[in-house]
Amino acid sequence: MKDAPGTRDYDWWLIAILLAICTLGVIEIYSATQGSSLAGMHTKQIRWLALGFILMFVLSRLDYHLILDQAWILYLVGVVALVAVLIFGHTRFGAKRWLPLIGELFQVSELVKLIIIIWLARFFAEVRTDELSLRDLIKAGLLVALPLALILKQPDLGTALVLMPLLVVGAFLGGLQWQHAAVITLAGALLVGSVFYPPVSKHILKPYQRERITSFLHPEEDAKGSGYQLLQSKIAVGSGGFWGKGFRNGTQNQLGYIPVRYSDFIMSAWAEEQGFKGVLIALGLYMALLLRLVQNAQRAKDRAGMFLVMGVAAALGFHVLVNVAMVIGAMPVTGIPLPLMSYGGSATLFVFLAIGLVMNVRIRRFVN
Amino acid sequence: MSYSLRNDNRLPQARLAVVSYVIVGMIGLLLIGFWKLQVIDSDKYSQWADRNRIRSIPVIAPRGRMLDRDGRVLVDNYPSFSVLLLRDDPALVMKDLPLIAEGLGVPLNDLADQLDSARELPKFQPIVIKPEATPADVAFIESHRSDIPLLEMLMVHRRRYLPNGFMAHTSGYVGEVSEKQIEDSNSKLRPGDFVGKSGLERQYNDMLQGTDGMRRVIVNSVGKEVDRLPTQEAIPGKQIQLTIDYDLQQVAEQSLGPRDGAVVALDPRTGEVLAMVSHPAADPNDFAVRISGKEWKDLNDDPDKPMLNRAIQAQLAPGSVFKIIMATAMLEDKVPPENFTAFCPGYATFYGRQFKCWVYGKSSHGTVDLHTAITKSCDIFFYNVGMRLGIDRISYYASHLGLGRRTGIDLPSEEPGLVPSEEWAQRVYHRKWYAGETISVAIGQGAVTATPLQLAKVIGGIAMGGIYKQPHLLKDAQNVGEDRFQISASTIEKVTDGMYGVVNEAGGTASALKLTGIEFSGKSGTAQIINYDLRTRLGKGKEFKDNSWFVGYAPRRPPEIVVSVLVQAGGHGSEAAGPVVRDVIKAYYDKKAKKFDGQVTADGKGYDPGNTAPPATALPPVLKQQTQPNAVPVRARAEVNPR
Repeated sequence: MKDAPGTRDYDWWLIAILLAICTLGVIEIYSATQGSSLAGMHTKQIRWLALGFILMFVLSRLDYHLILDQAWILYLVGVVALVAVLIFGHTRFGAKRWLPLIGELFQVSELVKLIIIIWLARFFAEVRTDELSLRDLIKAGLLVALPLALILKQPDLGTALVLMPLLVVGAFLGGLQWQHAAVITLAGALLVGSVFYPPVSKHILKPYQRERITSFLHPEEDAKGSGYQLLQSKIAVGSGGFWGKGFRNGTQNQLGYIPVRYSDFIMSAWAEEQGFKGVLIALGLYMALLLRLVQNAQRAKDRAGMFLVMGVAAALGFHVLVNVAMVIGAMPVTGIPLPLMSYGGSATLFVFLAIGLVMNVRIRRFVN
Repeated sequence: MSYSLRNDNRLPQARLAVVSYVIVGMIGLLLIGFWKLQVIDSDKYSQWADRNRIRSIPVIAPRGRMLDRDGRVLVDNYPSFSVLLLRDDPALVMKDLPLIAEGLGVPLNDLADQLDSARELPKFQPIVIKPEATPADVAFIESHRSDIPLLEMLMVHRRRYLPNGFMAHTSGYVGEVSEKQIEDSNSKLRPGDFVGKSGLERQYNDMLQGTDGMRRVIVNSVGKEVDRLPTQEAIPGKQIQLTIDYDLQQVAEQSLGPRDGAVVALDPRTGEVLAMVSHPAADPNDFAVRISGKEWKDLNDDPDKPMLNRAIQAQLAPGSVFKIIMATAMLEDKVPPENFTAFCPGYATFYGRQFKCWVYGKSSHGTVDLHTAITKSCDIFFYNVGMRLGIDRISYYASHLGLGRRTGIDLPSEEPGLVPSEEWAQRVYHRKWYAGETISVAIGQGAVTATPLQLAKVIGGIAMGGIYKQPHLLKDAQNVGEDRFQISASTIEKVTDGMYGVVNEAGGTASALKLTGIEFSGKSGTAQIINYDLRTRLGKGKEFKDNSWFVGYAPRRPPEIVVSVLVQAGGHGSEAAGPVVRDVIKAYYDKKAKKFDGQVTADGKGYDPGNTAPPATALPPVLKQQTQPNAVPVRARAEVNPR
């Protein structure tokens, strides 16, 4: 039974790193919410994590080649779901992102991230040359652009942005030519530039998005808006010092100065209470996680598996980068959670399903 | 298709390695960012975190109270609330300012001005934007705690003075500190602080003003107080006991009534000021909180000058009261000799000019000696004395007896008055002294001026035998100054006998004021404010009525109390000012004889004493401790014994 890998084939190191990061997250969620109206959130998060582990193992059993075979169907399902969200979705915090499913509200865009990883893996694996043609590149770009536009419409700039590195990393590994890379870089620079240039940005960004950009560039002009959030986050991180203020002792955290301290800004709360040493541990674990993913990609049995694993690595790496850079005030507020540490059902399940794909590739590396 | 996917195993290992480096580089950059915040700039952010959560609210120290000599409260405090604006977050302040202005009913411009004047202060120091919060303001602040977290209420102690301007000039008043005072105070004072602006409040400000404390609380992100840090307690100001006798003060206030003028009662043995009144007076309670620019301007521009403490600041011709100085000079210099007499036909001519006696046109004094000249206040006699003494001898005695310089009373802004001399004419007007001027000065007219306090000190000092105690208002004053100017016993006897005669002898100018059983002595003065000739030409308009003076004391020698009264435009000295002196002296003796029952023999001048009596709460039982604020009241001593 060569298609039934044993438990020894799982990447137990990866699981250990995963568990360690989740533990930090649960500890900080507890610290950030205890004594407040949100108390008990950490047990809810543990339930999500448990469910995530189960889903991860379940997904790992289903041969990824079978999944890749259905990539186009999954893609269509994803687009239909996004359209459904725009029509029937629940509105929270001013955005239509949630669809009710088994009693909980799920962010469809989290699932779409997974679908795009799968679809891109299939797409680039089918490009059989080592040099990616412009035609294929544009085709991939357009097919990513459709769900991206739908997610932007919710609006959810953060999740929409995550689709970009999936495409970029995929194209890079798929044999992107340097001329194309230069053109794309230029286009990207223009896009970023226009986002930061008010006369253009007012046509392409929502008012709240422009406000976030403005407050990122001029935090002092927006003392109670998102500039305030960034400033309070920086104060929390900075006042933590090297050793931190201690578990449940962060004043910025406990007195509520850090915005959504149990979710998007959980790294801020962690850095305040655990200090630079805690940050070293957390970022060290994330680096280990990402490098371990790359290693798994290198050992994948085929190009399709490699693309799958690297799609996951790109998504998680981008999440970590954007979220942590926001916490230290180096990037605007985008609403991207920190994988495995931030509280959140859909986001947690997405990460575990994504790791499930990685395991899927891993356990089949020797199978032929 | 599945087949082809499965068999394509050309992996881009080099590009995967590049991705690994990118990951390491990314984590490295993030760590550098954390290092900068958490290690390099950590102190700055720690301070910001503290500033976020720790809110410092001043605890205002109550000012010391002022008690009268028997321990009755003259100036008290009452609690009140001020509205504080927390300025840590300038952007937020600017955003919420219009809302705050509307909610508190304060013009937006005013708020902006106040912020502007506080811009030099550290941002964590809140400023007072409304000194007296109404219940509506309190409700506004409480209901907007979360959306306008910039407002805080501060319990402060406001000054309560006795109503209707009772003793107002002496106590003075407090007001918001000026920018200059803040600069001078070495950052001890802050905008919105109250300091003494005049009178005793200003004189003893350092003593009365306590040291404010600081309450530090921890607030959460919506401005709600969640915990407290140790409070730095406020140190209350020291209570001061005054030499003022509330009973005499009240009699003096009522007796002077609504007329412009001043009353000063001294104990010449110690220099203690028993009463000090100046009318008209403004009620300091009206501006104990905050006075508008217009009200303040009106007060200062009022032609009646209600802000002037006439007892120490009215520099006016002393009129015939000056004759006591002339008599002393004559007897001491023996120029002319003491048995000198002059004939008074009602007028006399000196240096080619006619000078009139005050009885001119009604009668004449005939031949007068010194005693009669004092009791009947004959001008002709003293013209002659003045001519013989000359201005420099007059100036010598007047200066040494205490005129022309400040008495040194413990009040700010005392005026020195003026004693003219040849040197003075040369220095100020660059001209020679005209001999004719000496004749006017001899009866207290012309250039010579004095304040009511000076006259009380001089007359009391002469009656004391040449010992002039420095007048003071602080009961336990240390090192009370004293001037001595040797006057022979016989001079003192003759002069005091003269002043006794003024009240007690038939024909004395104040014989109507005689008090049975009391050796009430004194000297009246009726000072022209323009000369006779001019007045005759303009007609006897009311505005040219003479200033009425009377300085009286009792007993004949040595005195226990001396009272100096000025009634501006009061007419004859013994008619307007004299009765006031008598009322105060009678009250003093009545109290001394334990007969004092609060009734006053005011001359029925139509002054409504209605609200002059302080509210019951302002007069707790006698307090003996002086510098111990909030002391437990001690039961009143059974008897009040002023001396």
